[in-house]
Formats: sequence, C-alpha cells, structure tokens
Amino acid sequence: MSLDKRMTAAEIVAQLSDGMTIGIGGWGPRRKPMALVREIMRSDLKDLTVVAYGGADVGMLCAAGKVKKLVFAFVSLDAIPLEPWFRKSRESGALQVLELDEGMFQWGLKAAAFGLPFLPTRVGLGTDLAELGGLKTVQSPYDDGETLIAMPALKLDAALIHVNRSDWRGNVQVFGADVYYDEWFAKAAAKTYVSCEELVDRMEDHYPEGAQDNLFERCFVSGVVEMPCGAHPSSMPPHYGWDMKAFKAYADAARDPGDWSAVADRFVGASEAEYLESIGGKEAVAALSLPIF
Amino acid sequence: MSDITLVDLCIVACSEAFRGNGEIVATGVGPVPRVAAGLAKLTHTPELMMTDGEAYLVEQPVPLGPRKYDDRKPAGYLPFSRFFDSAVWSGRRHAMVTPTQLDRFGQINLSYMGGTYDKPKTQMLGVRGFPGNTIYHPNSFFFPAHGPRVFVPQVDMISGVGYNPAKRVAGGNFSGVNLRRIVTNLCVMDFGGPDNAIRVISLHPGVTFEEVQAATGFELCKAENVETTRLPTAEELAVIASLDPHNVRASVLKDNPPAVRAAA
Repeated sequence: MSLDKRMTAAEIVAQLSDGMTIGIGGWGPRRKPMALVREIMRSDLKDLTVVAYGGADVGMLCAAGKVKKLVFAFVSLDAIPLEPWFRKSRESGALQVLELDEGMFQWGLKAAAFGLPFLPTRVGLGTDLAELGGLKTVQSPYDDGETLIAMPALKLDAALIHVNRSDWRGNVQVFGADVYYDEWFAKAAAKTYVSCEELVDRMEDHYPEGAQDNLFERCFVSGVVEMPCGAHPSSMPPHYGWDMKAFKAYADAARDPGDWSAVADRFVGASEAEYLESIGGKEAVAALSLPIF
Repeated sequence: MSDITLVDLCIVACSEAFRGNGEIVATGVGPVPRVAAGLAKLTHTPELMMTDGEAYLVEQPVPLGPRKYDDRKPAGYLPFSRFFDSAVWSGRRHAMVTPTQLDRFGQINLSYMGGTYDKPKTQMLGVRGFPGNTIYHPNSFFFPAHGPRVFVPQVDMISGVGYNPAKRVAGGNFSGVNLRRIVTNLCVMDFGGPDNAIRVISLHPGVTFEEVQAATGFELCKAENVETTRLPTAEELAVIASLDPHNVRASVLKDNPPAVRAAA
C-alpha cells in the first residue's frame, strides 16, 4: 500500500457518503477543519450525523440542511455565545439530537476508540440527559453495586481534523495551547482525514524536534491535504486567531430573513481559493491576532 | 462609602464562596465570578488554583479585558484536553456560573426553554459541562438580575444535578453533589434549609426578605440570623480594580447602582 496519503479536499469529501456519522475536531470557534467543512458544503452530501464540540461548522452544516442528527454538548462561537444558525435549525424542529455533557462526549469517543460498547460514568445521573437521550444505566458487578450511566461509544465513520503540520504519510504535529479532543476523534473514527497548515514530504527531515507533538500516530490517518488557513474563521494557534469580524457577519446573516441559500456564497465560496481571496488572502488570516481571555 | 458599587459588593460576596477551598481549581465564568475567584486567591485563599481562561494555570489571576497576549505568566498547564481527568472528575474544582434558570432544588438549565427536546421554543447553549460539574464538584452561582424568570419552580431542562429526590437514581452515587452559594444583586443564599432548601443568609444593604421572596418563583427559607451583606474593604476594592482595570464590571448590573441604596 502506498504511504503517500495526499488527497485533495474534493477527494476526501468523495470518500464520504450520505447518512454517514462524521466527527469534526476542534472546540467551538477553535481549531475547526473549516476548509473541509466548506468542501462538504459544496457537495451533495446529506443526512449526516454530525458529532462535534460545535461552532460554525455545525451551524452552517445545519443551515444547509445537511445534518439529520447532531451529537453535541454545546454549539457556540464564544464571544457570540449562541450560534444563530444552529439555533434556527433546532427551533424549527428539523434536527434529531443527542445532547451530552462535554465530559460524556469525550468518554463516548474513548469508548469507540477502545472498541468498547460503552464506558461507565456518573455524569448524566440526576439530570434530564439520560431520559431524553435514551441512555441506559449499568450496575457495578463489585461490592459497591453502584448504578452508572453506560455512555455508548460514539463510533465515527469518518473524522475531520485540522492540524498544524503533517507529512505525506500522515505523521501529524498538533500544537498550540490546547488540542482539545482531536486525538479521540481520530481514534474513534474508521477513517480520519486531516487538513494541515503545512505539508512536508518527510517529517523527520523538517521538524524532528516536534515529534512530541505527534498527537495521534499515522495509522489513524487515511488522508492528508494541505489547507493553509484551513481553520478560518476559527482560530488555529499559534498561526492565527479567530476572525470575530467574520463570525459576526456570519451571525448577522442569520437574522431576518435569515435564508442560508441567499448568503451561503459569502461564507463558503465556489472554491477554497475563492473563499480565501474573499477574506483577504493568507496575509489577512496570518494577521488575525490570537484571542485573549 | 457612597461611591462603593453594588457590583463590588457582589464580587466580595462571590469571593467568600471560595474561602478556605484549598488546592482546587476555582473557575469563575463571567466578569463577576472571575474577578471574585481572583480576589479570593489574592486575599484570603492563596492556595486556590486557576487558569488564564485558556489552557494555562496562573498564580497571578489574569485581569479582565484587553492586554498583551503574553502578559499572563503560566505556572502550570490545564488544557481542556485534560480538564475532566484533572479537575472535574477528580472533584478538585469549584465553579461559579450563571445558568439561565435555577429551581427550588438547585437544578439548573442552560439548554433550552419551552417546547420539547426535539423542537425547543428557545435553544440556548446546550448543557455544556454542567451535568458533570454538578455531580462531581462544588458549584456556586451568580445572577445579576434576581427575578422570577431566573428562579423558577421547575427548570425546563435539568442540565445540572440538584437536590430533587425524584431525580435520584437508585444506587447512584450523588455524594459529590455540593451546591454552595447563590449570589444575586439582592442577596446571598445557600442550600442550608431543610432537605437542602434554598435559604437567604444575607441581604444586601436596604433589601428586605419580602422583596427577595417576591422576585423568586418558589418559597425561600430564611436563615435564623439574616445578616446584611458586608461592604468591601479598601484592600478588596483595590484588588478588584487591579483585576478589572477597564471596569468591565460596571456594565454587569443594570444602571450600576451603589452598594447602599439611597433612602427612599
């Protein structure tokens, strides 16, 4: 088998099919594989189950009617706390959902990564989550006999992740202040596709000192594409911060009449090159300062 | 005295929730809880741990508002990627947050209001980490506008565990449920009533119990000796100002009123 895993974004999306369960890495407005999400937006894919710590990725996929079911703990753009497109979609009753606690969510990814049907947790007890989401309980077989929620494995057909660097073989380097749960999205998925800020031929010839940033091993990577600025408008530390102006325009566009098809061009574009040009090119993205909390 | 604001009084009351908490992560979400956690660390409880709001642990609380990106000085590392194992599921945290609703059992909601799970009338943030926070570690709450739409008889979607006997699953371990304080623009409450009922323990200067009760959608208990919430000291005011140099807190309470109401 060829270890050269380079693909185009369109080739990656062509690997996906209607009805699949797709995990999207990152967290809210951070480290989102937005270029790959935009490529899905340009495709005919539909009836997806999307599993994400949601931001504009979830909002736009919902707005475009591509999501049949959403597995989420929140959908937010941080400084714009309520993601308006997600909100519209929810309030229209168009979405099936499984709402989870943030910690249960990563627990479900870990169950999938380990090939387990579920992992036990206390989280969810005493709330409405279990009942609403159809989550079942298990009893500890040991002396304590504790009743726990059986958090089902969140098995993904595919995961999409944006990383800082990769080589042709899928040796990734993921760095920045926080990598969230990208590792577990990669391991929970049958196939993981990564977009990267920088693609090199052989990692060891370029960044051997960064080997500890190899967040997940290349056996978990099925395809790689170089997509500089590929997280825009979400943040990709240390390369660039989020584009709050772009998020604001996106959020404002959800107001009346709030018709996605009328505004989709502005936020997706006919191609990634066109999108990048419309936001002022790589220089403009590189100039986005990192957010301060 | 007259130039002391109510929001500064609230910050001090919130900081008291963290007093003596020990080596745990104090998380204040929103300007008032965040400054309060910092105030607690810089005054009575230096052993508290806290993050810069992103991924690093800092020993000097990070002020609110614009500053240089590298002004923080990391002393440790606590990213989201290990937040559940290190802080939440280990119980080594006390969070102070502002949910959309809170009911008589201390159950909270920030998921949706009205409608159903499949078609909510008003979709909000989602439950975030509240189910895990509330079953594993202490939690307190701050509400800038005490009213019956916030303090409801029954929340629309139970996003955080409270003391509702009907929601106790047989065999479940609820020993980590520990709701501490509720600070509002009117008063300070705890869960010290019968069966953890919500109880007013101090009223802000000039506020009556009847006024608080009228602004609450369920019956409140009253502590034996309801005190008047104390005013900040000069030292506390100086620390608060240093943690909020741009006075972000001035916009938290409607009309930014003084701590002591003008005589009617």
